[in-house]
Amino acid sequence: MNAPFISTRRDILRYGAAGGALIIAAPLGACSRAAKDAPFIEPPSLQWFEGAVGPFIVIKADETIEMGFPNPDMGQGVDTALPMLVAEELEVDFDKVKTVQMPLGIKMGDDGNMTWKHVPQGSGGSTSIPENWEVLRQAGALARGLLVSAAAVRFGVPAEELTVAKGVVTHEASGRSATYGALAEAAGSIAPPDAPPALKPREAFTIIGTPQKMKNARAIVTGRAIYGIDAALPGMLHAVMERCPYFDGTAISVDDSAARAVPGVVDVVKVRRPPLGEPYDVQAEGYAVVATSLWAAMKGRRALNIEWDHGPYADESSASFKRHCADLLAGTGQIVRDDGDFDAAFAGAAETYEATYWEPYVSHAPLEPQNALADVREDGVTIIAPTQTPSSCNRMVAEALQRERLDIEVLPTRLGGGFGRRLSNDYAVEAALISQTVKAPVKLLWTREDDLRHDFYRPAGMHHLKAAFDADGKLTGWTHRLASASKYYRRPNLPESEYWTSEFWDDDFPANIAENYRLEYFSARSGAPRGSWRAPAHTANAFVVQSFLNEIAHQRGEDPLGFRLRLLGDPRDIPYKNHGGPVFNPGRLAACLRLAAEKGGYGETMPKGRGRGIAGHFTFGGYCAQVVDVEVGEDGRLKTTRVVAAVDIGTVVNPNGVVAQLESGVNDGLSTALRLAIEVDGGRVTTGNFDTYPLMKIADAPPVIETHIIDNGDAPSGMGEMGIPPLAPALAHAIFEATGKRIRTLPIADQLRG
Amino acid sequence: MPRFKVNGRRVDYSGDPDMPLLWFLRDEQGLKGVKFGCGAALCGACTVHVNGEAVRSCVTPMASVEGASVTTIEGLSDGDTLHPVQEAWLEEDVPQCGYCQAGQIMAVAAFLEKTPNPTDADIDDGLTNICRCGTYHRLRKAVHRAAAMRGGRSS
Repeated sequence: MNAPFISTRRDILRYGAAGGALIIAAPLGACSRAAKDAPFIEPPSLQWFEGAVGPFIVIKADETIEMGFPNPDMGQGVDTALPMLVAEELEVDFDKVKTVQMPLGIKMGDDGNMTWKHVPQGSGGSTSIPENWEVLRQAGALARGLLVSAAAVRFGVPAEELTVAKGVVTHEASGRSATYGALAEAAGSIAPPDAPPALKPREAFTIIGTPQKMKNARAIVTGRAIYGIDAALPGMLHAVMERCPYFDGTAISVDDSAARAVPGVVDVVKVRRPPLGEPYDVQAEGYAVVATSLWAAMKGRRALNIEWDHGPYADESSASFKRHCADLLAGTGQIVRDDGDFDAAFAGAAETYEATYWEPYVSHAPLEPQNALADVREDGVTIIAPTQTPSSCNRMVAEALQRERLDIEVLPTRLGGGFGRRLSNDYAVEAALISQTVKAPVKLLWTREDDLRHDFYRPAGMHHLKAAFDADGKLTGWTHRLASASKYYRRPNLPESEYWTSEFWDDDFPANIAENYRLEYFSARSGAPRGSWRAPAHTANAFVVQSFLNEIAHQRGEDPLGFRLRLLGDPRDIPYKNHGGPVFNPGRLAACLRLAAEKGGYGETMPKGRGRGIAGHFTFGGYCAQVVDVEVGEDGRLKTTRVVAAVDIGTVVNPNGVVAQLESGVNDGLSTALRLAIEVDGGRVTTGNFDTYPLMKIADAPPVIETHIIDNGDAPSGMGEMGIPPLAPALAHAIFEATGKRIRTLPIADQLRG
Repeated sequence: MPRFKVNGRRVDYSGDPDMPLLWFLRDEQGLKGVKFGCGAALCGACTVHVNGEAVRSCVTPMASVEGASVTTIEGLSDGDTLHPVQEAWLEEDVPQCGYCQAGQIMAVAAFLEKTPNPTDADIDDGLTNICRCGTYHRLRKAVHRAAAMRGGRSS
């Protein structure tokens, strides 16, 4: 990784003493105002920021050690894994460390553009660990160096004679020692070192690589963890909002008289939609009912009488969109990658194969519905919200309100799930626009129906794959033709010719392995908003590519594992310019496949009605293979009985967190493959709640999930997404082995019945 | 005017009898551990105990809790001494985002009163709360652990 040394120049990483505490931080500036002047209701995650204390590390005289984690935690465990990086170098007992979400820190850079005040603070793309791997260890090392220097001064001995362990600095020759708490204030006045602090070699790690439980678990199991939905400000009003259900529709008439008559309702505020085809700030036109209580706002919303125009996509349905994709695939699309001569390879092949697959729109459906608390004032703006991208939230709110970005403080809370939904900050913009109008702090809450009907869905699409093999069994040609509704629709300044870049990772396997390799894209028209859904494009494409491999192997009479291993070939670095690069090593994926196969007993003969499948995929720098066991009853009832996974993400920071994320990916992949699809009819989403969007319950979850980790010492990559992509194709393979039925359409739903 | 108990404390309510208990607990009692997930009794994030039974407070009107005893996640532990289900959750390190977990714990606490020694099939039939993060694997282990900690008895 190329993360820069944390400069000890005080404009980048400040430290100092305050109230007897050593603070390795930057002063919070804008963020201190809200904490001081506007107490929240029971906000343990925010009280910490009172005064000018800051992120990363606070060591107090009473030996309390607190660490800020920069990236929002949505369940992926950065509240634990990131402070582990700091604690490793700081040499403290990790059990005693308290961890706290950092507020957003941005500043005006020397070039006049906004930049990070500390480190990047988004959670997405499995980047939190790799981006912070160097910088947070450096923060810990810097703090340790200052504490050692303070001890050296106190003891009157050279710093080289001191040792450090578990928050105590010791001079063994004289038997003297001092705790970090006792040294903290003095350490805050020590001059910065001239050179970057040396980081520990891997062999010396005592915290990194050890399984650590989630730091906030106790707050969660006692109901004290604070999410966005729980935040409050004095004088806060509540809002709920009726949005146009039709894609890009608008109101024809609005009668809000009955809503305004509901006791407690103080206003009804129109929120405009963005112009057609323009980037989303909010998603849809809506009418927010603002009241003194949430219940009054909800009753007021029910009393609204709005007639909606059905918008420019009034004829769109799930079926019409699927037909549209099939029609597109019948023609010729945009050739976006064309290695060699696929047509010639196909024409001259000894054997050819092809198959077509369909994947629907799916929703993120985090269990905490969207919400935001906005306080738009003359002197500034405060946004408290569950967001994966607090900086983007800041920018979008600034643009919507026509305010300076530095006037807007963003306090991300813990997220009740993200999955990519909260990369978009439309709900925060809505809250800000409403607060601006009513001139009071406003807490906006979405219902579940709002969430499922106004998501930025995982793009739906139809995939057509063809492969060519020569007489020696060598893969000579491969094409992937995809008609989908790109998530890059409505990106600022992005021509349609670039829409494919969000739907294909064009260096994915078997690119650079199949000599004649072609990707062909068809940009489909749909009114449904689209966005990034956990492991974007990877979940969709791994299903079809890995399923196709299993189909080809079966038709060729080859074992699907051996077939994959011979296509992957020897370990070597293949250039990979997409996110997760710069290289893809097929040997690492092969090693995962072999390990999962070995641990999962792949290849054993299964009894009737049972099947075992396999798949593997490279996602954002991480390699993962899974062996899935299923049992299919004579009535078609499907039970996933076991998943065995092997993962390689380089150096592992928190093995317990890696296992948790793998389990999460398996269950997310399974839930989505089993029953999930967003249905569209008449230009609107008709799916409404968990009865029609049945997220998986425990009865369908595999009772056994095994995770086997290959820790090869390489630089770490992230774990939040790579557990999902192999699941659906391995599941489909297992179903085929059990029943002889190929799943080429997701979700599986009732395809196994009858 | 319904009078009832919340976590052992007497409360009065004089507002809209149709308002779901969820909003009373969250917005009027400040018991934010009770979570809103669906508003239609489909996910269980809002699960509380009413007279010892697990109910989904998002569809429980205030009019129906007259005279009842309501317990939320905040009232489940005995001071700092956690309920066995909470302890088991920590031992198995169940939570990820954690949003559903208070509801899960309340559902499991009531479930174990009736099914003190659950089989996996009992768990499949009896536990229907949704966890979007997919912590089911650890959750199942934690249910068995909690059952063992309770000694297989109803309290």
